Amino acid sequence: MTTLPATESSFADAPEVAPRKLARKATGVDRVFELSASAIGATVLLITGGIGAFLAWQSVPTLERYGWSFFTESAWQPEADILGIGAVLVGTVSVAAVAMVIAFPLALLTALFISEYAPAGIRATLISLVDLMAAVPSIIYGMWGYFLVMPHAAAFALWLQQNFGWLPFFKIDADPDAAVWDVSRYVGSAFCAGIAVAMMVLPMSCAVMRQVFSQTPPGEKEAALALGSTRWGMVRTVVIPFGRGGIIGGTMLGLGRALGETIAVLLIISPDFVIKPRILEVGTNTVSALIAGRFGDASAAQLSALLTAGFVLFVITLIVNTLASIIVNRSRSGAGTDA
Amino acid sequence: MTATTEQAVETRTFLPVLDDDAPPQHPRPGLGKPTSEESFTLIGTWVAALAMSWLVTQRLLPLGGWAWLVVSWFALGILFTIVTGFMSGRRVDVVDRVAGAVITSGALVVGAALVSTIGFVVFRGWEPLLHLNFFLDDMSGVGPRDAFERGGIAHAIVGSAIELGIALVVTLPLGIGTAVFMTEVGGRFAGVVRTIVEAMTALPSIVAGLFVYTVLIVAIGFPRSGFAAAMALAVMMLPIIARASDVVLRVVPGGLREASLALGASRWRTVWHVVLPTARPGLATAVILGVARGVGETSPVLLTSGVATFMVTNPSEGVMNSLPLYIFKGARSPEPMDIERAFAAATVLLILVLVLFVIARLVARTRTTARRRGLLGRLRRLTQHSARTRETT
Repeated sequence: MTTLPATESSFADAPEVAPRKLARKATGVDRVFELSASAIGATVLLITGGIGAFLAWQSVPTLERYGWSFFTESAWQPEADILGIGAVLVGTVSVAAVAMVIAFPLALLTALFISEYAPAGIRATLISLVDLMAAVPSIIYGMWGYFLVMPHAAAFALWLQQNFGWLPFFKIDADPDAAVWDVSRYVGSAFCAGIAVAMMVLPMSCAVMRQVFSQTPPGEKEAALALGSTRWGMVRTVVIPFGRGGIIGGTMLGLGRALGETIAVLLIISPDFVIKPRILEVGTNTVSALIAGRFGDASAAQLSALLTAGFVLFVITLIVNTLASIIVNRSRSGAGTDA
Repeated sequence: MTATTEQAVETRTFLPVLDDDAPPQHPRPGLGKPTSEESFTLIGTWVAALAMSWLVTQRLLPLGGWAWLVVSWFALGILFTIVTGFMSGRRVDVVDRVAGAVITSGALVVGAALVSTIGFVVFRGWEPLLHLNFFLDDMSGVGPRDAFERGGIAHAIVGSAIELGIALVVTLPLGIGTAVFMTEVGGRFAGVVRTIVEAMTALPSIVAGLFVYTVLIVAIGFPRSGFAAAMALAVMMLPIIARASDVVLRVVPGGLREASLALGASRWRTVWHVVLPTARPGLATAVILGVARGVGETSPVLLTSGVATFMVTNPSEGVMNSLPLYIFKGARSPEPMDIERAFAAATVLLILVLVLFVIARLVARTRTTARRRGLLGRLRRLTQHSARTRETT
């Protein structure tokens, strides 16, 4: 005999069935843990966010006082009440531009070499070497640039002036065909500083690019080779398109570092407050070198102006870094990797 | 008859034995390996280019100096690669070879730059390093022209150690604590913290130094001291360490956490006994690399610590020197002896960074890879094995 399922009415007197309540709220030790972790997080937020807020707050009086001319004025003469970061902004950009022109191709080639061309046996060593290069302090690259590279860079600048002097940014205010060339006009330039900064930027960009290249799906690489492609054909059609986001992002991360570099630049350049596109000529300045050079004898108002300059630098770096991380994250690179 | 002998042979079965170190039975086919003709062409091309460039630059044209030699070697090498490429292949092969040559040369240039940096610093600074007092003395009362028998950088090394120590005491709990908060507690507030921390990694170190200088020294009136320098370093290192630890903690497999929670452990015990131990090598690497960054950072220290020529061990009052600051001041000095001392100090700093870096690498290796890789791992496995057999017998 078949029993029919009980009808609903037969359960009428049964106790009410309700889903058990799950307490997501932490209790006891967990509560303490959660609260203290939140407290630490809030502290760090306060410290780091406080710096940004402090810089922004300090810039208000300066920007009110000088207005837009703060960005266009090139002189930095506190005694005459003329302050502006036009020259140092141009200097910062030109040093960073020189650094990127040198560092970008080298970083790309090195990353390609490590990920595709190097023998598998020494690949791990090469990766460590690039990481080590990134860990070398900037002061050491500064000394390298100042004592070893600068004389050669000056000679190279002379050669560039003699042969490409008609280009506006290779012009130098000195006679290229003088019997004894005036070395002092060719050293301490944005070009010399850019070489040292390039050494700092290069390993960083290279590491990001190599990381992305190494995530290229091996199946696609093998497919290209199986279709008869040469190694370069495989790199050109598979690896580089896959790693495009990494190439752009790594370069921009490097640019962010190049903009904020202080000590190597301070060691090499001769400070000068002129807006000039002539990167080979002596004398330039960057925001960070300006801060390092002028903080000591600054009054309260000047200190506020220096903080404003620092804030502007920070905002520029922040924009560059944010764009870089967006590009790295949104590109196809890294898709499908299960971290 | 033959069948019976075969039967006699086949009565025993041999189990295959896996020997890790034995060479493969068949020689592996060298896929993609250049044939002898190809490697001869490659070497011949570059030797010919070197000879040609020497002839052109040093004998025919007035372009003396090694710089022109190297540049023309590269240019002629590419040219000869194209010529020899067309002798044996088509356009595709030529492009492939040229691309390979350019990429390899680019990497060689970078390698040469790294070697020249390290070699140049050591070459210019080896002489003071030979005197033991360079590591044991300070520079008080030592003139710029005194011989290397007098004076040293002990005060700078001690200063760097004290400043970094204080900075670490501040950043280590805060940095790792924030990372734990961001990954383990989560929520909307954690997202805000993560955004801000990531943004602050963009803070240039000089601005961090200027911030501490303005707040601590100008506004509060704290003297220029090791403590102020440590604060500047901490402000700089905090976002770096927090972000790196966050990345490390995020890759701890979620299954481990869930297993611990399913066994009834509280969230605190899960974090303390499962998540943090799993991530320990990665966290150590993050911290060590943060320290390596901090030890060489000059600009925050330049603004906040002042320069002392004598030993200072009290971080709260009085100026204090540190390694990067000593190097910077020495490099700007007009005295050649000071510059040489700066190079020697730079060598010490370089060695310090190298040691920190190697430690980070060793710590980052998980136990399994350490066992598999390298002579050291193999040795360790051997000793462990013998120890185990000794225990059992």
